[in-house]
Amino acid sequence: MSQQSVKLHEPLVHLSKRDTIAPLKAWLIRLAAIVLGLVVCGLVAFVLIEKIQQKPEKIWDFYNAFIRGSFSTPRKLWKFLKNLSILLCIALGLTPAFRMRFWNIGGEGQTLVGVLGAIAVAFYAGDRLPSWALLTLMLLAALLAGAVWAVIPALFKAKWNTNETLFTLMMNYVATFLVSFFLEVWVTNGSGALPKLKQAKLPVVGGNDYLLIILVVLALDAALFVYMNFSKQGYEISVVGESVRTAQYVGINVRKVIIRTMILSGMLCGLTGYLIGAGLDQSITANSVGGQGFTAIMVAWLGKFNPIFMILTSGLIQLLNQGAAQISQDFNVSGALPEVIVGIILFFIIGSEFFINYQVHFRGCGKKTAKGGKAA
Amino acid sequence: MKKLLALLIALALCVGLVPAVAEGIAKENIKMGVILLHDEDSTYDMNFINGVTEAFANLGLSEDQLIISRNQPESNQCAEAALDLIDEGCNMIFFDSYGHQFYTDDVVAANPNVLFFHATGDLAHLKGYPNLYNAFADIYEGRYLAGIAAGMKLNQLKEEGKLKGETPLMGYVGAYTYAEVVSGYTSFYLGAKSVCPDVTMKVQFTGSWYDEKEEKAAAEALIAAGCDLISQHADSMGAPTACENAGIPNVCYNISTKASCPNTYLVYSRINWAPYFEYIITAAINGETILTDWVGTLEAGSVVVTDLNEAVAAPGTQEAIDAAKAEMIAGTLHVFDTAKEGFITVNGEAVNESWKPGEGTDSAFAEGTQIVFDGYFHESLYRSAPYFDATIDGIEQLNQKF
Repeated sequence: MSQQSVKLHEPLVHLSKRDTIAPLKAWLIRLAAIVLGLVVCGLVAFVLIEKIQQKPEKIWDFYNAFIRGSFSTPRKLWKFLKNLSILLCIALGLTPAFRMRFWNIGGEGQTLVGVLGAIAVAFYAGDRLPSWALLTLMLLAALLAGAVWAVIPALFKAKWNTNETLFTLMMNYVATFLVSFFLEVWVTNGSGALPKLKQAKLPVVGGNDYLLIILVVLALDAALFVYMNFSKQGYEISVVGESVRTAQYVGINVRKVIIRTMILSGMLCGLTGYLIGAGLDQSITANSVGGQGFTAIMVAWLGKFNPIFMILTSGLIQLLNQGAAQISQDFNVSGALPEVIVGIILFFIIGSEFFINYQVHFRGCGKKTAKGGKAA
Repeated sequence: MKKLLALLIALALCVGLVPAVAEGIAKENIKMGVILLHDEDSTYDMNFINGVTEAFANLGLSEDQLIISRNQPESNQCAEAALDLIDEGCNMIFFDSYGHQFYTDDVVAANPNVLFFHATGDLAHLKGYPNLYNAFADIYEGRYLAGIAAGMKLNQLKEEGKLKGETPLMGYVGAYTYAEVVSGYTSFYLGAKSVCPDVTMKVQFTGSWYDEKEEKAAAEALIAAGCDLISQHADSMGAPTACENAGIPNVCYNISTKASCPNTYLVYSRINWAPYFEYIITAAINGETILTDWVGTLEAGSVVVTDLNEAVAAPGTQEAIDAAKAEMIAGTLHVFDTAKEGFITVNGEAVNESWKPGEGTDSAFAEGTQIVFDGYFHESLYRSAPYFDATIDGIEQLNQKF
């Protein structure tokens, strides 16, 4: 082969990993993704919603529903902030574990047993204790239950290196059935519905039912930010997450860190359970957490495990949820459509991370910048 | 004497306990919010959507006057949904699930100008809020009629020698071991027994009102245990699908599965909620009193047994159902007939007037309340939600789920 015949074939499109990206550019890409997602949702709405087909100008009501769902009345705003806080609180619980690369997807179950612990105390001791003692005992029970639920997989991981993803996932189902079991024991008329335990209610602060929950979660958010970034234990978590070998080399007791971090993780989820049990429902069903333990994984992930960013991601997801519910109500469409809409937008947001991490090159477009970039 | 007493109690329920709506609401100002546990995918919730839509069409109300809030779980969320609907201007709010009532009674108390309705609930009866109303229907009569179709089908299978065992056996997929369910399957069984005296029934509970997988599995287990026919009190397509796959006749509830299960679907019973929606809206417009505990009847069209599948049913089924229905309306046929020899027995013994099934399900029953008199058990007399909760001979509970 002669030197001249070696001609590099350039594909039509190829990708290269970005070294860095300007924060502004990254945010522009994310924003573009959301806008694009909303446009696609609009198209889907045209196809699926009869009322929009009949009156195309109603498409503005469709988009407006995302605002109306969360901000049209003070009550909806409070609801939005409360929902944001509850979801954020579970995500905060998952964060220390995730930073350690311990894939705790058991937030649902850890939160649910937190509710169960609190409600069990209220059920058995509700009439016998003064309110402050009851609420304190409920809190302790919730924290303990959450910690136990999280530490079981951690012990197995530390001792036998079991797969924590499967283990924590399965613990969710055990928690669900545990709640069904207790409901069968507690509710004797067979309806499966436990009436509210009214004495188990958190006090109202500042004239709003939800303010206390919001303030507690905000304080936790700040505390976790400091813990993760400025404490020795937070640093140990990061080191274990980066490389177990490095951690061992510098003398970190990896097992201890895993177990300690999971106890923290479980306690935060248990605390969320307490906020749900004592702050909102004063009762329990197998659906009390309602899948938020899984949504919280996405909140933590999209927020890059940063408690400050996670406020934004949790807010975004609640904005979409409440907007989608508003769409179902305003346009009288099936409850499945909102889930489709939220799914589309989240798909675009997650997809945008790809374009933040990778650069797309088109043939003949611009100068070659790829160094060792992979061809598509 | 007893009949007079019953009449007096019924009158007391109608007149004494019902508060008056001070003034009527102008027809164009009616705004109804309907809060559903699930959405169109659940046969139970779909039945309410159909009911309210039909009532709105019949009364000539605009669709802007109706807001449906779907997928509201039994938690603080259903109270939030109610408050949001009040903010949107709703002056009538309807809940479709039993468990909703425990989370919403604060909302009911805090909004005396809004009328609240609660299907299947019992808090209006137990707590006496002036703006809360409960409703149910004599669905046990519908179940009995559907049971007649089942019994005749079993007779046909027997004549053709197609029974799996010596005697006909039915299977029933229940949700919870709860009076509403027990009352439902007992009436279904009695309907079948009225035409097929040697039938027995096994009941399997799932522990959930809506769980397609569990309901399918329960139906499959019952079929494997030798059941010749299946019915269910659970809201998904689970049991009908299992029956169609196995070629076992199925009696449905809430919706007809004639289209999806053409070879096994027999007949279905449902509560038609349209008459109730029409009743409460009309009363609200006219400023009339609304019954605290409303019970829909066969005669009013609230209980419907319909869409018989001629391809599956035994000959003469429709005529038999029509005849029994006419007798029920005339008051000559009672579902829980304790006077009929050998019809209802417990542990081999006939029951008498001291029998009190259901007393335990309602703490507000006055002590010494008599439920069996004039030769039958009076279901839904003292409150709208069913209260029969006994296990009679011929029915076997395979498990219990509370």
